[in-house]
Amino acid sequence: MKKTFRLQGLECANCAAKMEKDINGLNGVKEATINFLTSKMVIEAEDEKMDDIIASAEKIIKKYEPGVIIKKV
Amino acid sequence: MEKHLWRIITGGLVFAAALILDFNDGQLLSNSWVVALYLLSYLIVGSDIVFRAIRNIFKGQVFDENFLMSIATIGAFLIQEYPEGVAVMLFYQTGELFQSHAVNKSRKSIAELMDIRPDYANLIKGEELFKVDPDEVKVGDQIVVKVGEKIPLDGTVIEGNSTVDTSALTGEFVPRQVQVGSQVLSGCVNLSGVITVQVTKEFEESTVNKILDLVENASSKKSKSEKFITRFARYYTPVVVIIAATLALVPPLLIDGATFNDWLYRALTFLVISCPCALVVSIPLSFFSGIGGASRRGILVKGSNYLEALAQTEIVVFDKTGTLTKGVFNVQKIHSIDISEEELLELVAHAEIYSNHPISQSLQKAYSGPLDSKRVTEVEELAGRGICARVDNKKVAVGNAKLMTEMNIPYSKDQTFGTIVHVAIEQKYAGYILINDELKPDVVETIQKLKAAKIKQTVMLTGDEREIAAKISEQLGLDNYYAELLPADKVQKLEEIYALKSPHKKLAYVGDGINDAPVLALADIGIAMGALGSDAAIEAADIVIMNDEPAKILTAIKIAQKTLRIAWENTYFAIGVKVAVLCLSAAGLASMWAAVFADVGVTMLAILNSFRALNVQNL
Repeated sequence: MKKTFRLQGLECANCAAKMEKDINGLNGVKEATINFLTSKMVIEAEDEKMDDIIASAEKIIKKYEPGVIIKKV
Repeated sequence: MEKHLWRIITGGLVFAAALILDFNDGQLLSNSWVVALYLLSYLIVGSDIVFRAIRNIFKGQVFDENFLMSIATIGAFLIQEYPEGVAVMLFYQTGELFQSHAVNKSRKSIAELMDIRPDYANLIKGEELFKVDPDEVKVGDQIVVKVGEKIPLDGTVIEGNSTVDTSALTGEFVPRQVQVGSQVLSGCVNLSGVITVQVTKEFEESTVNKILDLVENASSKKSKSEKFITRFARYYTPVVVIIAATLALVPPLLIDGATFNDWLYRALTFLVISCPCALVVSIPLSFFSGIGGASRRGILVKGSNYLEALAQTEIVVFDKTGTLTKGVFNVQKIHSIDISEEELLELVAHAEIYSNHPISQSLQKAYSGPLDSKRVTEVEELAGRGICARVDNKKVAVGNAKLMTEMNIPYSKDQTFGTIVHVAIEQKYAGYILINDELKPDVVETIQKLKAAKIKQTVMLTGDEREIAAKISEQLGLDNYYAELLPADKVQKLEEIYALKSPHKKLAYVGDGINDAPVLALADIGIAMGALGSDAAIEAADIVIMNDEPAKILTAIKIAQKTLRIAWENTYFAIGVKVAVLCLSAAGLASMWAAVFADVGVTMLAILNSFRALNVQNL
């Protein structure tokens, strides 16, 4: 399944690239993209692992940019 | 943002005061006071960076730019290069501020470009009119669109007539008349009269939402240049940091007379340039701007990768009907045998009653009498040949010469120019209808200009007869054409043409997106023309041209080339300047001031440069 999030307050493009790389490395993620310019994150992952993945993704994002607010679209 | 700016200004003023006092050589204030002033300005400007660096270390994030900037500036203080320490931080912060301002601005300006999302719908409930979110309107609901409003959902006009402006979708102002029964598309603006519309698609499925989705998600399909930059960025920072560490430690130990302070200064200079920010921001920004600009011209690009491929296109293959020609056929001549011309046309029009092939459509239109589907049975469409059906219980075969040959019916071989539709009734030849298609008005010019835009080969594929294809090809100055192709042949021919292409170049196929989905999928870039209102075409293609002007193909290619050029300019410029300053500072020839320029100045210039991709009005 695919889920889209808005990353409010995403300020650093290089961080976005690092987040994207780390989230793509999570177990069960088929593809994750973070679009720095539209501040959108799309995660495509296996259904049953989705909740865990979202939780881990949130941790990763906060690690690079603690000010980011993650909103489900 | 505001707070940030004030901190930079205050810090800058304190810094300026410190500089003035410093150059006074302790005549006004003692040296330690000057140092204190430098330190104060540093803290005003950079304390948040140092704080973030420390916090991120605890989060396991060591080599981020906060940390590197902190080390570089604190290091400068330790070797008593106070002005450098403050200046680096000051410029870095200014750069960050500018960058976030620029990014926000581009987010906004692109959002404005795509500001075609309707905000509300006037829903009719009983006798009253309610302003509701377009999301809440269901299929079958009736809405009122007043003059000057955007049509919020796709639907059919059930009351009133008006003209609508499709320019938000097509990029070109062409007012279209609508009356009761007309289909209207969301995103168009109602120009002249109030209309009531019965909704046929929910907002999710409506044209305007599909287009917005498509453009917003386009940049998630990354181009090769973007992928290259991401990979480059991943290695760049660690490599620079390692070299910096080596510079600080090794030469003072190995070279006689080398002072630790001197080499540490060089190493710190390295750290200042160690962030790949300029590249990481400006390359995607170039593509994003290019895609945004293109959508304003009625060209939807479904991914940065397609824009990149289009810029490298060397061969453009066109479908003929509906792409190069208008796809509207006019009956030129009816030649009937043992039957009146009118009767022949009547039978043909009925046989073709269920077909939406452009030729069928025009034959139906040429017949002025009423069409009655009850008279037609056993319809069989034969791809690339024609149609067989029973009309008034008579077996009617309508199609090209191939069909007649297959059915063993001798047919007239009159030398005429145009598309000939042969007719056989009950296995007996009954004559032919000559029809003609016209070239689109700007197509000759477009083909010529494509050559100037580095397109080496233009090729036409058509199911039509060889003579017609040859004549059109000559008129247009095409390099090659393949005629009399069945739909399946088109795939095979495209593979043949594909083999002629140079290895790193691309092939684009332009069609209507409806009858040629397999070919569109096979080409590097599938372009659908005249896609407005056709979901299938929008689905199938990589690049969608909303209206049906061939000139837009040229526009799309030029936008792509411009975007790519800007992306590469930024890449070469940013990497070039950084490498140059790295070399100079390793040799002790560049100061930290130069390094700050290499970092912040380059980012600013690259961002400004990528904005140029947004400006595509004259391409």
